[in-house]
Order: sequence, then C-alpha cells, then structure tokens
Amino acid sequence: MKLYVGTKKGLFTVTGRRIGKPQFLGDPVSMVLPDREGAVYAALNLGHFGVKLHRSGDGGKTWKEVAAPEYPPQPEGSADKTPWKLVQLWSLESDGKRLWAGTIPGGLFTSEDRGASWQLVRALWDRPERAQWGGGGYDHPGIHSIAVDPRDAKRITVAVSTGGAWQTCDGGKNWAICAQGMYAEYMPPEQKFDQVAQDVHRLVLCAARPEVMWVQHHNGVFRSTDNARSWQEVTAIRPSKFGFAVAAHPKDPDTAWFVPAVKDECRVPVDAKLVVARTRDGGKSFQVLRKGLPQEHAYDLVYRHCLDVDRTGKCLAFGSTTGGLWFSENQGDSWRCLSTQLPPIHCVRFG
Amino acid sequence: MPRVVFTSNLQRHVNCPETQVAAGTVRSALAQVFAAQPQARGYVLDEQGHLRKHVVVFVDGLRVRDREQLSDPVRESSEVYVMQALTGG
Repeated sequence: MKLYVGTKKGLFTVTGRRIGKPQFLGDPVSMVLPDREGAVYAALNLGHFGVKLHRSGDGGKTWKEVAAPEYPPQPEGSADKTPWKLVQLWSLESDGKRLWAGTIPGGLFTSEDRGASWQLVRALWDRPERAQWGGGGYDHPGIHSIAVDPRDAKRITVAVSTGGAWQTCDGGKNWAICAQGMYAEYMPPEQKFDQVAQDVHRLVLCAARPEVMWVQHHNGVFRSTDNARSWQEVTAIRPSKFGFAVAAHPKDPDTAWFVPAVKDECRVPVDAKLVVARTRDGGKSFQVLRKGLPQEHAYDLVYRHCLDVDRTGKCLAFGSTTGGLWFSENQGDSWRCLSTQLPPIHCVRFG
Repeated sequence: MPRVVFTSNLQRHVNCPETQVAAGTVRSALAQVFAAQPQARGYVLDEQGHLRKHVVVFVDGLRVRDREQLSDPVRESSEVYVMQALTGG
C-alpha cells in the first residue's frame, strides 16, 4: 500500500503504515496524482510565488519542476469578471496518454507531453454559461472533479463549484451541461433547478461501470445511472446529507462512501463523532461506519479530495482538515489511525 | 548599472541571482533577468505579465506603482528589490 497525502505544509507518503519524510516541507500541496506509468505529480500553491507543478519519476523521492497551466492573454477590454490567472490547480487526472487539470478560476487544461506544456480547453472556457459560474468557498469558480471514462477516454465529465457538471464525448471539442435532476435548496425558487447553479462538491464514477456516477452536492447526494443524463437524489444518506467527499467502488456500481458533516454553516461531524457512510445497494440504504474512528470531540472535516479507495475496492483512506489520517483494509468496516497531527490535509490518493 | 536583487525566500524555489541590468523600466530590468533565468519569471509575474498579487518590487526604496505594465523607471544608479509581500503566504 502506498498513499500520497498532500497537505498545507508538504507532501507525505505512507508506505505500509509508516509515514515517510515529507517532500516540499512548508509548502501547500493542493493536489497529487500518481499516474499509471509510475510518475507522480504534485501541485504546489505557493502563497507568494504562484502555482507550480512538479513531477517525480521515482515514486516521490526526487522531483523536477514541469510547467504549470497558464491562461492565455486576457483580451483587452474583456468583459469577463474573472481574471485569466491561475489561482489553484484543483484537480489532476490522467487517461494514460493525456493529463487533465482542473483549476480555479474555472479553466480545464490538458497536456499531451506529461506536463511540459498545457493547453486551455477553450470550448469549455468560452461557453457563455461560464459567466453564471460562481465561487464556492473561493473568490472564483473552479473545476474540482474530472472523471475520464475508462472505456472511452474521449468521454469526460467535469464538475464545477459552482457551475454544475459538464460532459464532452469528443475529447473536449464540445461540451454539454449534465446536472439534470440536481437542485439547490438554498437558491431563489426560479434558480433552484437551474443546472448551472448547482454546487457540486465532488463527482466520481464507478470505473467498471462508468455510466454510474455519484455526486456529493452542497445540499445532498445524487446518483446517475445513465452517464449523467439524469440525476436522482439519494435521500437515505446518514447521519447528514452535507459533505464534500465521495469515493465510488471501482467495480461495484452500487457501493460508495461518504463522510458527512452537520451542514454548510457548521462543518463538523454530527455529534462530534467522525463516521463514514457506506451504501452497498445503490443508495437505498447506508451503514454508518465508526469502528476505529474518534467518537468524542472530533471536529474533523474531510475535504473533497481527501477520501480515496484503491483499485481493488477493499482499501480506503481519508484525511481531515485537522490533520487526521485513517486507513481501512475492509471497505470501511474498521479503521486504523495513521496520524492525528499532520498539517491540514488537501488530498489523499493511493499510488 | 542598476542592480536587481531577489528575496532569499524566492531563492529557495528557483535560481535568481543578483543581476546587473541596463537602465529602463521595471519591466525591462526584469526581462533581462528572466532572459538568463527563464524559470524565475513565473514566480514573480503571473501569466498576464503582471506582478503576482503577493509579490512587491521596490525601486530605490519605493514600492512600484504600476504593478501591471511595470512602467516605473529604473535609473543608472537604481537598486531593484523583488520581495514577497506581507500579505498572503
């Protein structure tokens, strides 16, 4: 088991149960990607000096800076309220050939040369609906989820906070919104079902059945079984419906995990007991898993990229904003604490 | 000749030694540095060519006013300091 943990103060690698010496100590690591070829990418968000991307060819021991995505020159007199400047590299995925990077303020980028150069996906950036995208917790909107269909790498679904979910079937040339069925209970009535107004917190798919997708939304959980053409609310989620993280079982389309928090204005576990919610029947019912997790005075929030499942679907790991890191070898039935004192955790990924 | 000096906090990330440049503007002075150290550019300027939000440049002890076009003059005797701002981080 190898686990990469990006935190506010560096990148930690867990091998077995041992947390190794941190890389980039002191620097915020917003995202990490171990790709299928054995390379690892780490995105830094240096407070003063911008977003940087580093690549390792030896499992994270040594690193070399590669190019970070860059927005093209903003046209003079542009009416765009959003500055064309990279604020954060928020999501990073590989389809085996290409890298995809989702960013704040809302640009999707792709690289065909392992990060040596990047191109902004103009077809999505130039959609007129982008003017209606909004910041969700940040000043500007961002793409936090990129789900590449393992059967067809040209089919990519991305999710925006806030701006709904979008899908391309031709590798990024054309995009359509795909948030039908989601609703935003906090919006004025006329915008409640507006697909562009949806604040998706995280979108993931089942690798073996990629037409099955799960969303943790600002006000609940949604599931699609028709490749994001329609979404149905999963009302059985317990102990609460607010949260950020969701992990989909890579083989079983009926199994997914969530880490609920009380609600948007109180982002802590219900009753200060940290739990993971698991469904095995497509969202009809949930088990609340707590064995090995703190059940007293736990105020850990698990952010959207901080829950991961490995390729077997058996091992799970998650990390919290207060630096707790937990690991399960039995699909969440029981958990082992790896640390309670890491820096705030931004992302957790199995290698 | 004017001298451009970078904060040691930046040296931690990227090579940017103190450099003698020709007089002109802040933009031309930095451009001369980046011609020799291209990787340093993205640490000081954003992709629109503006000073990064949390970077400040002082010319002869005065904070530059034009953070976008970098048109503040750099004279023969000037010293240009590139530093992190106290905001951010």
